[in-house]
Formats: sequence, C-alpha cells, structure tokens
Amino acid sequence: MNRPAAPPRPIRLLLNGEALEIADCAPTRSLLTWLRESRGLSGTKEGCAEGDCGACTVVVGELDPAAPDGVRLAALNACIQFLPALDGKAVFTVEGIRAAGGGLHPAQQAMVDCHGSQCGFCTPGFVMSLWAHYNNAAGHTQRPPPESACSALSGNLCRCTGYRPILDAAQRMFALPAPFDRAALRDQLRNLDTGTPLDLRHPAGRFRAPRTLDALLAARAASPDATLLAGCTDVGLWVTKQLRDLDDILYIGAVDELKRIDVRANRLRIGAGASLTAAWAALVPHWPQLAEIAERFASPPIRNAGTLGGNVANGSPIGDSMPALIALGATVELASVRGNRCLPLETLYLGYRRTAMASDELLAAIEVPLPDDAQVFRSYKVAKRFDSDISAVCAAFALRIEPATGSDAAQIVEARIAFGGMAATPRRAATAEAALTGQQWSEAAVRAAMAALDADYTPQTDLRASADYRRRVARNLLWRFWLETRPEAPLPTTATRVSALREGARQ
Amino acid sequence: MSRPVPPHESAHLHVTGSAPYVDDLPELAGTLHCALGLSPHAHARIAALDLEAVRAAPGVRAVLTAADIPAVNDCGAVLHDEPILADGEVHYLGQPVFAVVADTREQARHAARLAAVDYAPRPAVLDPLEAHRQQSWVLPPLRLARGDAETALAQAPLQLAGRARVGAQEHFYLEGQIAYAWPTEDGGLHLHSSTQHPSEMQHAVAAMLGVASHRVRVEVRRMGGGFGGKEAQSAVFACIASLAAQRLQRPVKLRPDRDDDMLVTGKRHAVHCDWAAGFDTDGLLHGVRIDMVLDAGWSADLSGPVATRAVCHVDNAYYLPAADVSACCARTNRQSSTAFRGFGGPQGAFAIERILDDIAYATGLDPLDVRKRNFYAAQAGAGRDTTPYGQPVADNVIHTLVAQLEEDSDYRARRAQIAAFNAGSPVIRKGLALTPVKFGISFNLSHLNQAGALVHVYTDGSVLVNHGGTEMGQGLNTKVAQVVAHTLGVPLARVRCTATDTGKVANTSATAASSGSDLNGKAAEAAARRIRDRLATFAAERTGVAAVDVVFADDHVQAGTARIPFAQLVREAYVARLQLWSDGFYATPGLHWDARTLTGHPFYYFAYGAAVSEVAVDTLTGEWTLLRADLLHDAGRSINPAIDRGQVEGGFMQGLGWLTLEELVWNDEGRLLTHAPSTYKIPAIHDCPPDFRVRLFDNANREDTILRSKAVGEPPLLLAFSVFFAIRDALGSLAGHRVAPPLDAPATPEAILRAADAMREIGGT
Repeated sequence: MNRPAAPPRPIRLLLNGEALEIADCAPTRSLLTWLRESRGLSGTKEGCAEGDCGACTVVVGELDPAAPDGVRLAALNACIQFLPALDGKAVFTVEGIRAAGGGLHPAQQAMVDCHGSQCGFCTPGFVMSLWAHYNNAAGHTQRPPPESACSALSGNLCRCTGYRPILDAAQRMFALPAPFDRAALRDQLRNLDTGTPLDLRHPAGRFRAPRTLDALLAARAASPDATLLAGCTDVGLWVTKQLRDLDDILYIGAVDELKRIDVRANRLRIGAGASLTAAWAALVPHWPQLAEIAERFASPPIRNAGTLGGNVANGSPIGDSMPALIALGATVELASVRGNRCLPLETLYLGYRRTAMASDELLAAIEVPLPDDAQVFRSYKVAKRFDSDISAVCAAFALRIEPATGSDAAQIVEARIAFGGMAATPRRAATAEAALTGQQWSEAAVRAAMAALDADYTPQTDLRASADYRRRVARNLLWRFWLETRPEAPLPTTATRVSALREGARQ
Repeated sequence: MSRPVPPHESAHLHVTGSAPYVDDLPELAGTLHCALGLSPHAHARIAALDLEAVRAAPGVRAVLTAADIPAVNDCGAVLHDEPILADGEVHYLGQPVFAVVADTREQARHAARLAAVDYAPRPAVLDPLEAHRQQSWVLPPLRLARGDAETALAQAPLQLAGRARVGAQEHFYLEGQIAYAWPTEDGGLHLHSSTQHPSEMQHAVAAMLGVASHRVRVEVRRMGGGFGGKEAQSAVFACIASLAAQRLQRPVKLRPDRDDDMLVTGKRHAVHCDWAAGFDTDGLLHGVRIDMVLDAGWSADLSGPVATRAVCHVDNAYYLPAADVSACCARTNRQSSTAFRGFGGPQGAFAIERILDDIAYATGLDPLDVRKRNFYAAQAGAGRDTTPYGQPVADNVIHTLVAQLEEDSDYRARRAQIAAFNAGSPVIRKGLALTPVKFGISFNLSHLNQAGALVHVYTDGSVLVNHGGTEMGQGLNTKVAQVVAHTLGVPLARVRCTATDTGKVANTSATAASSGSDLNGKAAEAAARRIRDRLATFAAERTGVAAVDVVFADDHVQAGTARIPFAQLVREAYVARLQLWSDGFYATPGLHWDARTLTGHPFYYFAYGAAVSEVAVDTLTGEWTLLRADLLHDAGRSINPAIDRGQVEGGFMQGLGWLTLEELVWNDEGRLLTHAPSTYKIPAIHDCPPDFRVRLFDNANREDTILRSKAVGEPPLLLAFSVFFAIRDALGSLAGHRVAPPLDAPATPEAILRAADAMREIGGT
C-alpha cells in the first residue's frame, strides 16, 4: 500500500527577526536575489556576484552549542548563498539592525560620525561586517584590538574611502552601547526547527538537506550525479558566473556530525562540514604558525560559509589549506554506504581537480596528528594582495628533527614539503624532501633542497604569476623557512615578513 | 573654533541601505531585462549572425542588433567611431554584438550564450608599441615643444635616457554599469543611468533614436562610484536599454554582470614612455624629451583629451627649461581606454617623477633634494615660472607645502633610520620617498567649464537645489547644499539637493576633471544670491535700511534693528509676489586653449600636495607593505574638510592600487583574464597604512573660486607616487643607491622581485 507522500515542507527561516516560510524556491535561487527581488530589501547590493567584494554581506545566525548563548553570528556573502541553504537560520540585513526605538545601530552611527561612506554602495556590506564584529565582541570585557577590525573587514572592498574612516568607525562603535539578545534569537531558532529534513522540489530542480550522515550517504549512493553542496563558495559561482543549471543538490550543511571538531587518539579531527572559520580556529592553537595563512585564507564571509572539507575535496591546485595539511601529515576519511576508508591527503589528488573519491563517496573528515617538540613547521602564502587573494605560491614545510644524542648531531628524520600553485594539484616535493632527510638542519642542506625544488615542480604561467616567479619564490620560501627556524640565531618574523612589520607599526 | 563638519548628505541613507541606486528603484510593471552578447574575438568580421536559438530561448522578447537602430549607430564621446552594437566587424574581445531582452535578467543572460555567430578572424594588434610602429593611432599625434630641447640635452653636463611604463587600471566602481529606460508619451524616453554625464547620455540616445533631445530625459540620483568610468562608458548601456525600451515600448533594465562590465568597458590608459634628460651635477634639469605612447584601445573615446592632459602634466611641479613632449594614442584591439581620475595627468606626471628619481641615483643626491631643486619658482614673475604650454604658475605653494611636510614627517631623520635598518636587515628593506603634486584645474577644453543650477525656496523656508553635477560619492551635493545654506544664511538642514535631471538643467558638462564643486557650487551660489538679493531688497524696503546692509545669518535676516526669521520673510515675500526661485550660471573666467599648438591658459589655478611614504619590501618574495604615509594636500579653503580628507585618502589609496596591486592581464587572443575582483585586486583594508597622517594645507585659493576652495577629486591620486618611489628606494638599497632599480608600474610582487634580483646582482649582495 502506498502511503501518500508527506507534503514537502517549506524553507523556514528568520528574516530580520520575522519567521518566514518559503515553499516556492528554485534550488539555486540566491539569497541576494531573493532579498532584493522577492522581499524588496534592496539595501543589500550586488557588486560582483562571486563573493569577492562584500557589497552583499549579510549576517546569518545559527544554532551552535559552542557559541555564546548557543548562537553563532557570522557575516556571509548573500550573492552566492542558495536560499534553501539558509533553512533553519536567521538572516539579518542592513535594514534589520536599527537600535530599539528606530535609531541607528552603533555600527551605523559610527560610520556616519566617522565619514565612513562616500558613494555608499559598499556601505551596507561594511555595516553588516561591523555589526557581526560588534556583536561577536560584545560580552568580552575588553574592546577588541584595532587589528581585529582589519581582519573582520577584509572581505569588504571600498573603492572610495581608502578604509581609514571605516577603521575609525570600527573603533568608535564600541563606545556606543547596543545589547543584542542572543538567547532570544536562540529560542526563535529552536522554534523554527520541526526536525524534518528539507527536501525541496521545484520545477527547476530538487534541494535535499539530510540531517544525518547515514541519510546523506544513502542519498549520495542513490544520486551519484547530484551536486554536493557545502558552503556555496565555489558552487555558487557555477550558477552566477557559468550559468549552470543544477537540478539536483545534496546539501551537507544540515548534518551536524559532519561539523564536529575534536581530538581523538592524539589527532585533531575536523569534520568535513566544519566551516573554515571553525577549522582554522581549531588548527591555530596547535600550530600558531598557521595564524597568517588562516587570516589570509579568503575572507571572513567566505570562511564562515566555506568548509575545510570543501577546500580539500575540491582539489584545486591553489587551495590554501592543503599544503599545510599535507606537510602536517593529514589524512582524509572517505565515507560511503559501503563503509569508511582513510587516505593520506596527498594521495587523494590524482590530477587537475580529479580525486580518488568514488562516485558514492564523500569526504567525512580530515585528521591531523598533533605536533610534538620535534616538529619544525611553517606555512607561507604569497599573493599580490594580503587580503582575500589567491596564492601565486603557497608553501608548507614540516621537519622532524631528532635532538642530538651523545655524539650524534641533531638530524632531520622526516621532511614533508608541500606546495600549492606549483603543479596541477597540491603536491609534495619529493626531491627536496629527500635532500633534507637524514641531514643536519644546516645551510648546506637547505641550499641543496632549494636546488632540488626545480626538479619537483614545473609550474605554469598564468594571470597571477609567471612560472619563473613561482620557481624563484618556492626556493626563497624554503630559504625563509631556514632563516626562521635555523638552530643558530633564527630570525624573528619581523625580520622576514613585511606583514609582521606592518602589524608592529599599528598603534 | 571648529564647527562640526556635516557628513555626506546621504550618509544616514547609506548606512541603513535606504539610499537607492538605479537597480534599487521599484520596477515598473512589465519591466524587461536585457543582456549583451559579446564578441569572443579581438578582431573579426561577422560573417553570419544566427540568433535563432537566442530568440527561441525561454522568456525572450526580442533580440536586437545594429540593424534595429533607427538612426545613428554610434556612442562615441568625441569622434563618431564607436558603434553601439557591432556592425559587420568586431574590434575587441568583449565588444557588444547583440542584445537580448527577456522577462528576467537570468533568462536574458542564459539566452545570450546561445548565439551562433560566424566570425572570420582578422589580425589583431594587442601591443600598443606594435600599433605605434605601424603608425596606427586613433588620433593624430600630439607634440608640445618649448625651447630647443635637443640642444639643451646635448649640452647638459650629464645625460640619461630610459623607458618607463605604467599600467592600465580598472575603475572598479562598486556599483556596476546600469541603465533603466522606459517609454513616455509621444515617443519620449525616461532614462535612469548610472552616469557622470547625463547630457551626453541624453544626446547619444536621441541621436541613436533619431529624435530631438527634448524627448529624452535622463535622471541620476547617485552612482555607486564613477572615477571616470561612467563618463563615456555608460553610453553603450544607456543606448541599448533605451533602444530596447523604445522598440518594445516597455520598461527595460540593462545591468551587466561584473565580468561583462569589465570586458566591455574601457580602463585607464597604460603608457609607455621613452625619455631623455639633460641635467647638471646638482640634479638641475636643462632639458627633457618625453615621448609617450598611450594604449587607446579600439576607438578614440576620450583619448585625445586624456593625451592632452598627459602632455600638460609632464612638468608636475617642476620647471622644464626646454622640453619636447609627444603623445601618440595607439590603436589596439582592446577595450577603449577612457577617463579615469586624473585623466592622463597621473601618467604624464609619472614620467617626470621617474626621470628625477633616476637623476637622483645618477648624481647620488637625495631624491627630495633633486625634486626641490627643480620646483617652479616660489614667486611668479622672476623666471622659472612658466609651464611648457605657456601658462604662468602664479599660485605656487609647493615650496612651503613640501617644507612643512618634510619637517612634520621627520623625513631626514627617518631617512637615516632607514639606512641603519637596511644595513642590518638581510631580507627586508625599507624605503622612503617624498613626492609633490601640482595639478591643473579646469577642463582643458575651455567651453566645458560652465554649469547651471536651480534654487527653489518654498514658502516654509525650505530650499531645494538642482544643479548639473552628479553625485558619485564625492560629496558634491553636500558641498553645493552647504554653499547654498551659507549664501542664504540658513542651517544646512533647510537645504536639499535633488537628482540630476536633464529636464531641469540643460547642456551640462560631465562631472569630471575635479570640477564638480567649482562649477556647480558657483552656479548654485549665483542662483541663491539672486534670491537673497531679492529678499534683501524686499527686507530693505520694509525696514528702511539699505539692501546691502541686510544680513542673512543664523536662519535670520537682520535688517537694521529688525531680526526676521528666514522662513517668515520668505512667507511675506511670497505674499508680496516675489520670485523665490532662480537659476544660476557660471563660466570659469580667463581660460583659453589652442588645441593646435597645445598652448594657452587652460587651467584656472593649480592644486598642490605632497606625500611621504615609508614601505617595507621583502626581497625574497617581492611582497611589500606601506608602513606609514604622511599626506599634506591643498584643498584651498575647504568647504568640507571631512569630505576633502576623504577624497585625499581615497585618491591616494586608488593611486596606490594603480601603481602596485592592480594588474590587468590580457592573453594572446586579447581576452582580458582579470575581469572580476577574484582576479583583479584593488586595495583592501590591510593595504591602508597602519600609520596614516593626513592633513589639509591651509591655503585660501587666490582665485575667486567657490568660497576660495580648491578642487580635490583627482589631484590626490598622484600622492601615491610616493609609494612607488619608496619601493624603488628600498630596492635601491640593494646596490648602495648607485643604480636606479629597473622597476615599472604596477609594482607587483613579481615585478619587485625581478628588480630586487637585478639589483642584488649589481650590488653583489
């Protein structure tokens, strides 16, 4: 006997505090076009439709037990978010943040007071990034340091002001009080959830958001051609730029177990669905050397939406997480209805954007062995711009150096070197690694390894850099690594990196 | 006593998202959406244009080609060499070939990709130097010669020659190009365009449709940035949206995707410059020869006036005893280069800065001393005070300004500190540079220096202002409102500016050449004065004092002992049948220009400024950072110091982007590869220097400009020269500052590393 199919449930979300149900929605309808065209909220702007300018920044609240009061507030790029992915979440736009009584919110008032807008087109996006920064800092007893404003705003472009007045506003707003009731939002979000997974059907296609890993794997096995969607930060552009029709989307973002981050058996395990923000926040305390890469990885709105699993599974030759993860000896766990298997990360990549994943498999987690005293590690990114740029070269170096014992000098027992931007995939530098392994960590060894890098890679010339520059920088980054970690008189970062000097100059 | 500075008139709207841009206007019922089909070739003949699949796509209402244009298929700004839709031939990759009109924007974009166009490729010229060798120019070459430069060069104790290159730049206005047109009665059209030049849009649309200008009304409330990119470049979008609206008799919106915007529209002219200089051991110039080749792209656009301004700015702040300057606008199969903040001035001035920097290396002198030695005379009338184009520099303040900045920025002490730092730093080198700016204010073409305004005073005492300038974020409306409030003696809150509208003020010039406040401020002041004068006469008659003794201040009118609230006097004047609205007109006095000899008095006055930048350069990767910048800029007697400071800082940062970060890359087929912010990197927030000291130079304009202020839109862009030459200075340290580093702009990390490697080889470091 056929049971009548349960009527598909609508998308449920909060928009500026108001609970809404949306039944009629194409799977790839963007949050931005929905706000502007269906809701008449034209304050959120389209500047690029690829998540690179920040004019469309909104703030999304979602339940997160680890966040203050159980609610995480994060800036996102509305232009590349698919509306169904906002199911169960709270969207705040520039129209919805006025203070009680209708006055301007401190983020808005400070922008007026500091002359932070000129043409005004980027302003709503900046205001929303400021609003997220304000609310995420509230509750801390100390005002966040000035440089944190730079980090919070690095995904917003302004072509008029040169940013100085906006940075002033980012300080000034903290002098103006405006409490935000996170607990109330948490309760509202809880009320939104009926426990039923979203399975949206529309003439333009289907959007499924299973709530458990088992359900997701079953759906994956049944629909190997469905588009897997995590943070929308890449797939979103398939729609806005390539005009691709995606008629079957399998969204992993509703599977809580994929977002889990924990330490198991001395390994940091990051669920493939964890956001890049969460993933870097978990990695950096173990490897403070990753702080700069973490900050320079795209922008806050992209890191808030995108997942580490997406970056890894995508297999882009210029993904900035993989060189470090490969150098640190990360493994990936692939899951399917047939079971799970683990691979060293570097073996996941078979060729340009080709991976070893079977059609029914998906990436479940990334595991990184925790460091010990013998590990010497750095990761570097070189790009035209400090903020939100794609690497010309991304490098990671990890050595295990056994200390001197008796008559035996300290020795490199393992060298793991990985680069992005140097080949069709993120890849290890086998020749250079061999040149270091078994050697003392010495200038002679590093010079040999630098020369060996030429044999490891045949980089290409593209719009970001020439092959020659990439080769030269790859060698020089190894030299920088030596200067920063050599046994005698290692150089501080203020002597090797201009970014460290710049932050030192900030008063 | 300092008064609070009024914020931008729309600031409270910007921060709440309630300042509407064209795409935010409520759409009229029946609005259709347009998308463009672009040429995939840099140069080709269109052999066959099969648009059946486009026409058959869902939602498509019409497909338009050149054949659908009723009258003139041209939107060229100066010459008539720019078809709105390609007709038989395409001249660059990205040129609009056809337009699709559909129910939704998505449908139009999808459909546009279905065209089957048969192109017969033709040889494309992508290299401006190759075009120059072929003498393929969009306009005849320009040449300005003063004195006998060849002899001066030959007889100078020292000579140098070189080649400098400075790259193009994408405007990257945050709001992309957009036009929204709808038919009005009797064959008319109402057009909302994001444009700096409503009148030109009006004229281009009317000419295209073959109707009189009075049928086309163009309205601009605000732009989300322009920077010159919405002067001529908005026309193709305005025309196509209007064409579709007229053909279909429906409202039509055309908002290209950012990628298409960047593929279609022109950029700042890249310039190759061959130069030679003769000088003495003190670094004093005897003569220069500067030959510039500008990459004009496929059409003339504004390249002629841009090249003229480039020629008129090769002197920057320096007296050139003998000069031979040429500029050729090379025709290439690329986007048509266009206006961009500075309009050739930055490219011209960059040449002389490069020359003086090289002379400093050659003579071993501090670059600042070489620069100062060559400044125009501080006092006019005693020689060394006339530009190569014959205009005396009568208002020179560069000596005082630079001296003040040199002291305030601690230039000499920091130079010593940096030398000490570099001596002990194996990887990172610091550099320092102070560069000056002198920038000519007025359109070179004298007749453009005119403006009109309307001021309405309503019976409740509120004031509405309309003028011919456009608001693109520069704060023009704020300043004009301040001027009118000042003139009428009322609080700023009484005054509002409305959208620019070709139906209100006719025949406006582009809001360009930094002239917006100078021209429109004066016109609005004139209008407000006429009303004030009428009110003064009225008040004088009632009180028995002389009209000249009536004072308008603090929202009151003081006539003898009578103190009448402004609004009350206005009400009484209305009842007495006084005209409470007025027009105003302004034409900049004393300008003349001979475009044939490139001589005359093209500029009403000069704006000055200077900057000191300190950078740190990583000699292993070419990465660099700006550690500190000190800016001192002459905005005259500033009408709004906060807005002017915003222009100074914003211009500086935009110049920084042009000279360092922003690199446009075309492939061998002429395809622009950097067509979105993912690939084209404008300055972001960490590029703002952590130590940023910006001041306005106190200097009331000696000319009778609006409230003695000075134009401030473009000149500060040139302050960023200090960044480029500071990077060069850092690289110079690798070879003891004996050799000029081989560095061109943009100074990307790759360019810097290449130069660093070359310097290390020379310096043996």
